[in-house]
Amino acid sequence: MREIVVLSGKGGTGKTAVLASFAVLAEKSVLCDCDVDAPNLHLLLEPQAEEVHEFYGLQVAHIDSEACNECGACVDACRFDAIHDFRVDPLACEGCGLCARVCPLDAISMRDTLAGHWYVSRTRFGPLVHARLRAAQENSGKLVMAVRKRARELAQQTDAAFILSDGPPGIGCPAISSLSNASLALIVSEPSLSGIHDLERVLGLCRHFGVRPLVCINKYDLSEENSRRIEDHCGDGGVEAIGRIPFDPDVTKAIVQGLPVVEMSDRAASREIKALWEAIATCPVP
Amino acid sequence: MILSIASGKGGTGKTLVATSLALSLQGQGAVQLLDCDVEEPNAHILLRPQIDSSRPVTVPVPAVDKEKCTYCGLCSEACAYNAIAVAGRTVLVFRELCHGCSACSHVCPAGAISEEPRQVGVVESGRAGGVRCVGGRLNVGEAMAGPVIRAVKRLADPQATVILDAPPGTSCPVVETIRGSDFCLLVTEPTPFGLSDLTIAVEVAREIDVPCGVVINRDGLGDESVERYCAQEAIPVLMRIPFDRRVAEAYCRGETLAAAMPSWQQRFRELFDKVRGLTAVGSVI
Repeated sequence: MREIVVLSGKGGTGKTAVLASFAVLAEKSVLCDCDVDAPNLHLLLEPQAEEVHEFYGLQVAHIDSEACNECGACVDACRFDAIHDFRVDPLACEGCGLCARVCPLDAISMRDTLAGHWYVSRTRFGPLVHARLRAAQENSGKLVMAVRKRARELAQQTDAAFILSDGPPGIGCPAISSLSNASLALIVSEPSLSGIHDLERVLGLCRHFGVRPLVCINKYDLSEENSRRIEDHCGDGGVEAIGRIPFDPDVTKAIVQGLPVVEMSDRAASREIKALWEAIATCPVP
Repeated sequence: MILSIASGKGGTGKTLVATSLALSLQGQGAVQLLDCDVEEPNAHILLRPQIDSSRPVTVPVPAVDKEKCTYCGLCSEACAYNAIAVAGRTVLVFRELCHGCSACSHVCPAGAISEEPRQVGVVESGRAGGVRCVGGRLNVGEAMAGPVIRAVKRLADPQATVILDAPPGTSCPVVETIRGSDFCLLVTEPTPFGLSDLTIAVEVAREIDVPCGVVINRDGLGDESVERYCAQEAIPVLMRIPFDRRVAEAYCRGETLAAAMPSWQQRFRELFDKVRGLTAVGSVI
């Protein structure tokens, strides 16, 4: 079983459009959306939820105003500037619990907070494990771990050949949680100077966590010069650049129709994504 | 005035709007652009500032004095992040999990835990024409963007018009960026993806009580669903940037809209005037 995660560093390069098409093309796969704070994969796969689970993140401090004598020990102790006027700002609180320890009157308690939900759904391409962090919540990395764990269990139960994971943008906590111990990372890049800069950082992340990256360039024809630079740069670093997808309005049309582009179109982008999947499905992984 | 530029979905044009707005406001008092997308900072690519100062961002992490430690394990019990563990006669500190709260040193009965700084990123400042630029950069492999974002925001000039370029998403790094702003511009694209993430971004802005308005980028490329949503929710659409392959190509070369098509500077100034009107005392959104 092979776990393939799609990352990009820079947002909006086309991760979800590519991954949803892989879901159509792969036989026997489990699908996984690791972008838990702005998930989109479900919009192309018509999922029917079969399991719903609650997700609790870090605890949040609560001050009992009846018991508090406003001595200020908690305010002095908090490193996150989360206590103002003897009330806890739940958005700033990182749940360390130090305020509750230093309070001489035991007026502070730590409370669990419901930070989101995760789901197992049925789709016409196999099971999908996905999640939704509640707005403005912390700890998306932990929720990503929960989603990936369930996807692995399902893959084992169903003897799936692939887990196909749609990753988040960036290189921080949720990207790290999506990437660590995956079999392979496909980096969807774009030929902008920003895209090149962000690609270098996400390749650094792959090196850091020892996951083999493959690179494809989406909308390559917006700058053929930058596309060549990306390919040269990959070559210099021993990274394989395995595909070029042209700018094709059918990609957006498919999103508007709620379909993976390979299901809806037979044109340029669709053809290249099919070739890309062939290359990934058959590429050797240690 | 502190104005943050966010989106939910990545790649919708936050940085294009933030940099173009900053450039268009040059000469109208001090303008400062803070790049708070510290995982993948891009504003400097478009603005090319001359960097004149660079400083490390550190998080305090525990340092255990083996002479004093009694291996009682209270530090490990106190840590909410599983960043310190006692196994037999060894104390393991997982520095990258540590949030720097100091609960471990607080509970240590032997006074064996002190703190040492650990670098997680860097903050740079410089100048691009009339725009003062500050940007943070998280070290590759580090999970927590928060301390770097906070370090960037500490350099905000209270006298200036401050424009914050937020990271994508809707969780802690975005909240860290836009809290304290007078207004949040949400840049979106007119597709179901753009709409879905915009809906969550609006929830975030409402949760932290920052008024917001929308900029639709690549207008004409998708469908009408974003327009309908904004009308329904009474969220003002303050600018529409039509889809134009030339804009996308200029962006690929690292050009802002304000530089590639100077006629847009006036429209960005008008956008800013609209925001100012909406944040004026007494107006309610």
